[in-house]
Amino acid sequence: MLTQPAQTALYRTHIRLGAKMSPFGGFLMPITYSSILEEHRAVRTAVGMFDLSHMGQLLIRGEKAPAWLDSLTSNEVATMRPGQARYNIVTNGAGGAHDDVIIYRLPEYWLVVVNASNTDKIWQLLEASRPSGVTLENRTPQSCLIALQGPRAVDVLQTVCDLKLADLKYYYAATGIVAGNRVEVARTGYTGEDGFEVFASSDVAEQFWEAFTNAGQQFGLLPAGLGARDVLRLEAGMPLYGHELDENITPLQAGLGWAVKFPKTEFTGKRALEKQRDDDAYERIVGLAMEGKAPARAGYSVFYEGQRVGDVRSGSPAPALGGKNIATALVHKDASPLGTTLMVEIRGAQHPATVVQMPFYKRKK
Amino acid sequence: MSTPTDRLYTKEHEWAKIDGQTAVIGITDYAQSSLGDIVYVEMPKPGASVERGKPMGVVESVKAVSDIYAPVSGTVAEVNASVEDDQTKVNNDPYGEGWLVKVTVRAASDKTDLMDAASYDELVKSL
Repeated sequence: MLTQPAQTALYRTHIRLGAKMSPFGGFLMPITYSSILEEHRAVRTAVGMFDLSHMGQLLIRGEKAPAWLDSLTSNEVATMRPGQARYNIVTNGAGGAHDDVIIYRLPEYWLVVVNASNTDKIWQLLEASRPSGVTLENRTPQSCLIALQGPRAVDVLQTVCDLKLADLKYYYAATGIVAGNRVEVARTGYTGEDGFEVFASSDVAEQFWEAFTNAGQQFGLLPAGLGARDVLRLEAGMPLYGHELDENITPLQAGLGWAVKFPKTEFTGKRALEKQRDDDAYERIVGLAMEGKAPARAGYSVFYEGQRVGDVRSGSPAPALGGKNIATALVHKDASPLGTTLMVEIRGAQHPATVVQMPFYKRKK
Repeated sequence: MSTPTDRLYTKEHEWAKIDGQTAVIGITDYAQSSLGDIVYVEMPKPGASVERGKPMGVVESVKAVSDIYAPVSGTVAEVNASVEDDQTKVNNDPYGEGWLVKVTVRAASDKTDLMDAASYDELVKSL
């Protein structure tokens, strides 16, 4: 049975703004409002605003919560400081990823922000192993999440927020008053730029969107859709679940070894990951810089010395690099060293690409 | 943008402006608008033959790859090199400077299922 995609609290706003809508993660989401390239430029040079209310927001309370979350994830939870946010991976027994998430340590609870397509899966996984004394709440339906991303994001948010944002460190969150409502403000994002994510009740979503739009006028704010967001995250070398990371691609393969803490006590998939690390024979995600003008796209085959060695996982022109085509590919270890020339098959023709260091784009601090 | 009445249209959103044996081919305003920012155009080389209704090239936007179907059968006479360098022409002027290829139409090429501008507008309205 096909289920209709859900709508976020900002659905009517997106329609009013003339957004192209498309199903994503079970929601009908804006892909672009004006032009993906213009929205991308706004985020890299000024500020872009995203509706991310489709993402799952799970709250966990209880003294045992950090130890329990540590047992399910590859990165550390219990060592997080009050207010801190941390990227993490919910692992399966083979070391693959059930999901990649951001965990926030907030005063009253732990907030786990999950990919929209994985909200139900992670909810069920957590509910099935929840220790006594720990409570779980899915606040997604009553919530919204609006991101302001880009070098002027701080200026826009400061106009309508009582927190001194200069003091809010990268990957930290605080509670403050935004447009008259007490909400959670985090200095996190998925674009490779400075920026903020504001978590609020869905009741105020339209009011916040309006307030940010007005505050953003003088700073060049544009609403930006998931199309621009995907290009921005790819340039910044950030994985997208289902592409660079999934149930069969482990964090080690995805180049996320920094988020796998082997000294940590037991966690799901730890032994499989240790073995994968020690064998060191695994296929891995590489960054590709394409030589030609044809974009590489997810699913295209990748060849090395005449042999098929893997496939493209994400690919796009990179506006931040003058339109040069970039891609990620999952390839055999032999084909993965930096500087290796690989061939990407595009409509039957082989196009050269070089394995390069990610991220493709790094902002100037 | 009004649909020019001096040419014919396919249900896949290409247009063909046929003058004697030559057809200039491009994509419609609806097609460019649906695709968004076009970043890459790949057309057959001069001398290649194209078959009506069969893919003859691709137009790619930032996020999407779209096949271009030949509106007529024939031989490619010329490719618009200027759109290969500046794809924004396809977005900005799909019926003019954004044309893609010129094809020498094969005598037997059938035009029966091509639409005039009014029928094409009806199709777009129904989408």
